[in-house]
Amino acid sequence: MPPLLEARGLSRSFGHVRALDNASFDINAGEVVALIGDNGAGKSTMVKALTGNLPVDSGEVLFDGEQVTITTPHQASEMGMEVVYQDLALAPHLNPVQNMFLGREVSRKGLLGVLGFMDEKTMRARAEAGFRELGGTVRSLTAQVGAMSGGQRQQIAIVRAITWANRIVFLDEPTAALGVVQTKNVLDTIKRVRDKGIAVVLISHSMPHVLEVAERVQVMRLGTRVATLPAKGTTVEQLVGAMTGALDFSNADSKEGAA
Amino acid sequence: MSVITPPGQAPDQQVVADPPAGDSYLRRVANLQSVWILGVLLVIVAAFSIAAGGRFLSTSNFSLISQNIAVWAVLGVGMTFVIVTSGIDLSIGSVLVFSSVIAAKVMAAVGGDGWGVAGLGILAALVAGIAWGLLNGFLVAKAKIPALIVTLGSLSVALGLAQVITGGIDIRAVPGALTDFNTYIKILGIPALPFTALIVVIIGGIVLHKTRFGRYTYAIGSNELGARRVGINVDRHLILIYGLSGTLAGLGAILALAQFGTTTIAGQSLTNLNVIAAVVIGGTSIFGGQGSIFGTVVGLFIPAVLQAGFVIIGVEAFWQGVAVGTVLVAAVYVDQSRRAAALRGASAPNPLLAMLKLKK
Repeated sequence: MPPLLEARGLSRSFGHVRALDNASFDINAGEVVALIGDNGAGKSTMVKALTGNLPVDSGEVLFDGEQVTITTPHQASEMGMEVVYQDLALAPHLNPVQNMFLGREVSRKGLLGVLGFMDEKTMRARAEAGFRELGGTVRSLTAQVGAMSGGQRQQIAIVRAITWANRIVFLDEPTAALGVVQTKNVLDTIKRVRDKGIAVVLISHSMPHVLEVAERVQVMRLGTRVATLPAKGTTVEQLVGAMTGALDFSNADSKEGAA
Repeated sequence: MSVITPPGQAPDQQVVADPPAGDSYLRRVANLQSVWILGVLLVIVAAFSIAAGGRFLSTSNFSLISQNIAVWAVLGVGMTFVIVTSGIDLSIGSVLVFSSVIAAKVMAAVGGDGWGVAGLGILAALVAGIAWGLLNGFLVAKAKIPALIVTLGSLSVALGLAQVITGGIDIRAVPGALTDFNTYIKILGIPALPFTALIVVIIGGIVLHKTRFGRYTYAIGSNELGARRVGINVDRHLILIYGLSGTLAGLGAILALAQFGTTTIAGQSLTNLNVIAAVVIGGTSIFGGQGSIFGTVVGLFIPAVLQAGFVIIGVEAFWQGVAVGTVLVAAVYVDQSRRAAALRGASAPNPLLAMLKLKK
């Protein structure tokens, strides 16, 4: 079976800076893949390129084994891909339900719907179901998101993403600013998302977290993928070695495509 | 901009979980700024009623008050939308003047006293208002010029053009149909101007609070980048919002023509600030994302009631400015403290009460 999403030889330059240099990436359905690398290694650029936020100079992207050209975030959404950005992109003055359906409000039936009225009951029920499914810690669906803790907000952003993404969710540093308990909740959430059959791309600087939830770790350095390692049996030292270039995994990398 | 506490500093989520009471409708209503400010309005009304009795608490007095705020209420609806997006529209007074001049010119050129002529005037005023609003919106959304600067510019240009067109002399050729509409017509016992304003307020409230258009207005004021990321066409929405504000200034122009029977070229220089003050007193955050049409209406009544009350009890009306300014600053202070408390995850106590407690 071909990978769910695969990027081959993506390149993108900003002036003289090669943000992506013949970089590849792949993820299978229902798999958690970590994307790691030092600052400026090209992780965010890769995610942007895969989700229609950034055109690439060369290279190809395959979705379900078929070549695709994703030019807008909207198109990525329609294909079942969502991104949870590091800043979460939530509206702090709106409540979790309103945030979850922002830009995708359910219309009332008939004339009222045409006039722009929204079906608040349906949205609330669906949001409740979404939060219950993830066993979240979000207790209030009517309070403003801005009044909630970082962990709760992270959860809202993730629930929003997986409500709309049925294939792949990209998480950009979901645990960067969280405490111990909140981090554990987010990692548990990632596992539950994976169990639903949705692939998760996890961008993180935290090696222990990466090794805890990911099946495979793809390491980027200087705009290209330098290693793909199974999480099992890999140590934090090996990951850091690959990130910094101290260890060379280039031979291992060439064989992993079929795995 | 919208205040977000860094996630890392937020308390542990287990602790912060809402108590069940946090969801209760009554408590949420009690926490709204517009409800507190409604209390202030009621206190002011009660105070004047005690001081002046029947002379203040009369139908004719409140009829007069509602006449006086009708035009501002129409402008206030548009301004609430604009400020909820964290924008500002300083140009409404000038756009009103410009629209009323255009309307008066059109009506004078056609000539006559009937509704046919008045209808042409209304159309002309609305078109002029929409044009200014869309221009403001385009410059804010597409040219990315700060709204304060754009509307400061159009404030000057619109008023200047109105003066150029008229030579600075007010046009008094307003059809009888319009002035009669103000003087004689009552709908459901309410004079026609306030009734028209009431309709605009109700429609504005429904659109802001119940429709997708309103939801996006809040979302843009709350987190513009976030709104863009979920696929909302922010630029188009902003253009429409400023267009709405301009349209309502055009409608306000017609109401003002009906009310005064003349254009008011020199009479609208503080309209923008008065309307902005009312919107802010009513609990709409100048930083965007929060506000209500109901609050704006209450915020309009406070200065109007103060003015009427001062006249009736024989205090110089100049004190109105002193009182309104004080209420404005106090209202924003109260609002800010409550909001800060809410963002800390506390159960938002009333800061006024907290201050009183401190003093004891």
